[in-house]
Amino acid sequence: MPDTLLFAIEVTLNGLMAGVLYALVALGFVLIFKASGVFNYAQGVMALFAALTLVGIMEGQVPFGHLLNVIFGTELTTFGWTLPSVVGILLTMGVMVVLAILIEKLILKHLVNQPDIILFMATIGLAYFMEGFGDLMWGSDIKKLDVGLPQGISDVIDTTTFGWFGYGFFIDKLDITATVVAALLVTVLVLFSQYTKQGRAMRAVADDHQAALSVGISLRFIWVLVWSIAGFVALVAGIMWGAKSGVQFSLSLIALKALPVLMLGGFTSIPGAIVGGLIIGVGEKLFEFFIGPMVGGATENWFAYVLALLFLVFRPQGLFGERIIERV
Amino acid sequence: MLYREAGDFKTTYVEDGQTFPLKLDRIGYWALLVVAFGVVPFIVNDYWANAALVPFLIYAIAALGLNILTGYCGQVSLGTGGFMAVGAYASYKLLTAMPWLPLPIAVILAGLVTAAVGVLFGLPSLRIKGFYLAVATLAAQFFLVWLFNKMPWFYNYSASGQITVPERSVFGIIVSGPLTSAPAKYLTCLSFLLVLGWLARNLTRGASGRKWMAIRDMDIAAEIIGVNPLAAKLTAFAVSSFFVGVAGALFFSVYLGAVEVGEAFGINKSFLVLFMIIIGGLGSIFGSLAGAAFMVLLPVFLKNVLVLHLGWPTDVATHLEVMIVGAMIIMFLILEPHGIAALWRVTKEKLRLWPFPH
Repeated sequence: MPDTLLFAIEVTLNGLMAGVLYALVALGFVLIFKASGVFNYAQGVMALFAALTLVGIMEGQVPFGHLLNVIFGTELTTFGWTLPSVVGILLTMGVMVVLAILIEKLILKHLVNQPDIILFMATIGLAYFMEGFGDLMWGSDIKKLDVGLPQGISDVIDTTTFGWFGYGFFIDKLDITATVVAALLVTVLVLFSQYTKQGRAMRAVADDHQAALSVGISLRFIWVLVWSIAGFVALVAGIMWGAKSGVQFSLSLIALKALPVLMLGGFTSIPGAIVGGLIIGVGEKLFEFFIGPMVGGATENWFAYVLALLFLVFRPQGLFGERIIERV
Repeated sequence: MLYREAGDFKTTYVEDGQTFPLKLDRIGYWALLVVAFGVVPFIVNDYWANAALVPFLIYAIAALGLNILTGYCGQVSLGTGGFMAVGAYASYKLLTAMPWLPLPIAVILAGLVTAAVGVLFGLPSLRIKGFYLAVATLAAQFFLVWLFNKMPWFYNYSASGQITVPERSVFGIIVSGPLTSAPAKYLTCLSFLLVLGWLARNLTRGASGRKWMAIRDMDIAAEIIGVNPLAAKLTAFAVSSFFVGVAGALFFSVYLGAVEVGEAFGINKSFLVLFMIIIGGLGSIFGSLAGAAFMVLLPVFLKNVLVLHLGWPTDVATHLEVMIVGAMIIMFLILEPHGIAALWRVTKEKLRLWPFPH
C-alpha cells in the first residue's frame, strides 16, 4: 500500500477519535437545547469548571485559597488530603447539581418566555462569569488531571497494523477509552430519555412548555434535571480532554469547536451530534493533511466553521435537524 | 420650567423631527461638543487618553456598527473582531502601498473594503437565522484572523508577523505612528465618531432604518409588506461592517500603531463589542456610546481600586473583572433588557414630569 494512503488512513482514524470528543461536548448542547430551548454557550466552560473542581477536590485544594490569602493574609493552600478519583467524581457531580439548581433559580426562572437569542446571550454572560469564578476558586495555573485512565500509544494496534502493512498506526489509548465512554454515554442517555418517566417528561417539556405544564410536569424540576445531566456530560468531557491536554483555559474553547458540529448535525438531534462530530473530526484532520501544507497550516481553526457555514446555506436545519417551518 | 416641551414651539417639520426635541437637551448636546473639542484636548494627558478616551471613542464606533446589525436589523454577529482586523489590514496595505494617501481617506477606504467583506459573509444570512447565523459569523471571525496570520502578503512579509503603521499627518499634525501626541489621537477618533454617529442616527431613523427594524421584528411579515429582505439584510451588513472596519482601522493606525492579529482582533474582541451593545442597549445610538464607555471604564476602575488601592495581585483583579462582566450581562438581560439606554430614557421621562409622579 502506498505511504500516503496509509498516512491518510491513520489521519482518518485519529480524526474519528477527535470527532468523538467533539461529539461528547456537542451532546451536552443538544440535551439542553432539546429540553429547554436554550442554546448553552457555557457548556465548554462548564466542562472546564467540572475538570477544575475535580482536580481541586482530589488534591484537597482550598477553594478560593488565593483570594482568601490576599484578603486576610493567610497561607491557605491545601487541606492536606488526596481523594481517590471515584470519590472526587461523585463530589464533583454534586457540585454540578448545585450549579444546575443555582442556574435555574438565578437565571432561567427570570428569563422564561424571552426570545431565544436573549437566552443565548445570557449563557455567554454565564460562560464569562463561570470562567472568572472557576479561576478565582481553583487558581488559573495548568493542572494535571489523572483519574487512572490508560494513556499513551496503543501497542496492540501498533504491532497489529505493523504486521499487516509494515507501518504501525499511532493511536492513543485515551482516544479509544473516550470512544467507548462516549458510546456508553449516548446509549444511557437515549435509554433514559426513551424509557423512563423523567425522560418522557423531559421530551414533553422540549416539545411544548405550556402543554407539559398543563399535564402536571414541573418545568423547574425538569430544567434542573436537564442542566444536571448537561453538567454530567460536561464532567465526562472535562475528564477526557483534561486527561489529554491538561486542565487549562483552552479546555473551554472546545465549546467553540462543538458549535459547527451542532450546526452540521442539527441542534435537535442526538445522532446528529455524533455524526456531525465524526464528519468534522475526520474532515478537519484530512483537510489539514492534504490542503494544510499548501496554505500555511493551522486550518483546523476555521475549517469546521466554513464547512458548517457552506453546508447550512443548502440545508439550514442541519443533517438531522427538524424541518424549520415559519409561520407569520 | 427647565426640562419641558412647553414653550418650545415647533413651526416646521424639520424642527418637529429633530433628534433632541427638548431645548435643554439641545443645549446639553452642543455644550458637550464644545467641551469635547475645545477643552478636553488641552487638558488630556497620555494616561487618560490611552487608557480611557481613545479606546472609548474607537469602541463606540464599533459598537454603533454592531448595533446597526444586531440591535436594529436583528442579525447577531460574533465576527466583529474579524471585521475589525479587515479594517486594520486594509488601512495598513493602503497606507504602505500609497505613501501620499492621507490617513482619513485610508481609514474610510478601509471601511469600504470591510463593507464588501461584510456583505460577502452576510450572504448566508438570507438562509440562516437566529443563532445558526451567530455561529456562522464565527466562521468569519476564525477564517479572517487565520488569513491575516498565515498569508505573508497581508503583513508585507515582515519577519515578526506584526503590522506597523507608517507616519502620517493631517494639517501638519502627526496623527499616526509612534510620535503621535495624545490630543491628536483623541481629536482624530472624536471627529470620526461624530461624523459616523450623525450618519448612524440619520440612517436608523430614515427609510433604511425602518426596513431594518421591520426585518428584525419579523422578517416574513416585513417581506409581505414590501421590504426586500435581501437588500435590507445586506445593507445592514454593509453599513455595520463599514463602521466596524473604520473602528478597526483607527484601532490599528491611530490607537496602537502596531498590532498582531490574533492578539488584537481575537474572538474576545467580538464578545467585548457584543457586551457593549447588550449593556448599553440594543437598538439605540446612545446605548452604543454608553455601553462602550461602561466596558472601557470598568477595567480601569477595577484596576485602580483593587490593584492600586487594595494592593491585590493583578490576576485576582482580572478574574474578578471577568466575573463581574459576566454577572452584569446576566443582570442587565434579566432586569433591563434594553440596557443603560432604557434606564436613561426612564430617567428623562421622570424628569419631564417632575415634580408630579404621573
